Amino acid sequence: MLELSSLQKNFGGLKAVDDVSFQVAKGTIKAVIGPNGAGKTTLFNCIAGNLAPTSGSIFFQNQEIKGKKPHQIAALGISRTFQNINLFHGMTALENVMVGRHIRSTSGFLAGMFSLPKSWKEEKKIQQRSVELLDILDLSKFAHVEATSLAFGQQRGVELARALATDPSLLLLDEPAAGLNIYETAEVARLITKIRDMGITVLLVEHDMSLVMDISDEIVVLSFGSKIAEDIPSAIQQNSEVIKIYLGEDEEAMA
Amino acid sequence: MARKSLVLLSLLVLVIGVQLATSMTSTQYYLTQLTMSAYYAIVVIGLSVLMGYAGQISIGHAGFFAIGGYLSAALTTHNLIQFQESGVVKLLSSLGMIVTGQDLYGEELLVFVPWAACIVAIITAGVIAFVLGIPVLKLKGHYLAMATLGFGIIIYRIALASEYFGEADGISEVPGFTIFPALGDIGPVVVSGDFSGRVQNYYIAWCMLIIGLILLQNLINSRVGRALRSIHGSEEAAEAMGVNTARYKLYVFVLSAVYAAIAGVFLTHYNGGIGPSEASVMKSVRYVALVAVGGMANLWGVLIMGVSLTFLSLRGVFGSYDDAIFGVILIMIMLFAPEGILSIKLKGLFFRKNIRAKQEA
Repeated sequence: MLELSSLQKNFGGLKAVDDVSFQVAKGTIKAVIGPNGAGKTTLFNCIAGNLAPTSGSIFFQNQEIKGKKPHQIAALGISRTFQNINLFHGMTALENVMVGRHIRSTSGFLAGMFSLPKSWKEEKKIQQRSVELLDILDLSKFAHVEATSLAFGQQRGVELARALATDPSLLLLDEPAAGLNIYETAEVARLITKIRDMGITVLLVEHDMSLVMDISDEIVVLSFGSKIAEDIPSAIQQNSEVIKIYLGEDEEAMA
Repeated sequence: MARKSLVLLSLLVLVIGVQLATSMTSTQYYLTQLTMSAYYAIVVIGLSVLMGYAGQISIGHAGFFAIGGYLSAALTTHNLIQFQESGVVKLLSSLGMIVTGQDLYGEELLVFVPWAACIVAIITAGVIAFVLGIPVLKLKGHYLAMATLGFGIIIYRIALASEYFGEADGISEVPGFTIFPALGDIGPVVVSGDFSGRVQNYYIAWCMLIIGLILLQNLINSRVGRALRSIHGSEEAAEAMGVNTARYKLYVFVLSAVYAAIAGVFLTHYNGGIGPSEASVMKSVRYVALVAVGGMANLWGVLIMGVSLTFLSLRGVFGSYDDAIFGVILIMIMLFAPEGILSIKLKGLFFRKNIRAKQEA
């Protein structure tokens, strides 16, 4: 499904992502973990097209996506959420989700200006699907509330609904549980599994170990830009190098 | 949907009512400024979609207005008689785009027909906006403002310096623009400042404004409109959701430039001329101020404030302090009512004061 090989991203002299290779198999949940500054978000931004990798390649469904623009990558079926929730301010929750349908609809400027039948028929479908998605995430009662005025957890939900609205085959989740309490995190875990069961492959970056260990099929561990381990959760928990990064050795304890 | 039609209907009734009222009270001279205000409002609603909805500022829209106005004026007035043997002129004549006529002194005149000039002017403005927009719209915020300001200054200086565009005098004696020729009993529809056509021109202008408004409203409520608003909300997220932000910004920039150019063409034919002040930076600032006063992302507010303030300005209410007044309005709006004047709820203001008074007591 997704294959990174020798991916490298330098910021000046800093190697934020250093020779990272791994694959994500269709229909699985894969997590990328690592301490702060390990290059997880940079890796995500490279996949989503927000950053251009310095070298290496990214194949998605056997197609090179390196160098493509984010909107082109979205059209191919990769959608994402952001670490710091990134909703459209000034728009309702429903409208936010409806923007997610943009790439799966076609009406242009003229169709819109002259309100052609094609345009409003499509509009109806967009709205229908978006309401459906809000329903799935149990957010339909907030459909007409301005999205950025919702509670934090609900905003994450809207962002997720918006990402799902693009009909992705691969979903990138950047710290989906950040800032959520235990109950909300459990809810997110349930949702992510549900999304996987809908046939959508999930790649997530996460700090919350319990969430990662619970739901991931495989885990990649990054430290200072390099991949140091890749395995199933139970094996990662036993991996001495991973334990070393997270717990530190001697007195250099790292959180 | 029903509510939208109702609001439109009341605007229509108001437009007709105003015309009837001026006829009955013999104050038809007001119609002249109302006609001009309507044309200026076309610029302002176009700019509102660019600024308010898509979140891209332009302090150069007087430039596009001037491109439309000046080109249309120049093409319909400059005599091409010396080129009449050239292939291009012959071709254009055979297409009916160029006609012969007589000037004031009875000399033979070979000029573009207004229809052809209008189309050339609008397309040129659109193409210039497209070419300018590709590099410039990569900029954001202040940088975009500066770049569009620079463009506006360039157009102003070209209009002022070029002999073709009449230097400081501008271009005058621009002929009327016959939109529809006479058909049987129905007279021709002509955009011109002729006194006899005052009522007709008032309706032409307002029809154009209302049609322009309906088209923009449809656009805002469509898939494209939603994408434009999402760019305003978060360009990064819009792009991640598959919105081709660069292309949409460019298209909406061109669209608003075309609106400005259309207004420029029609107002020039109505006024019978155009001068460099139409291209000046102060005009661009004024358009931005009107969009801000109307509430940015509020087509109706922008239309109402655009028409009424422009009307007052054209009536000379602000006297020689005209530009200063618009500057002050812009500052006041940004400070006290960034959502536009119509957003101020007087009740709310008093209520808050009461609470404060209680707290202080």
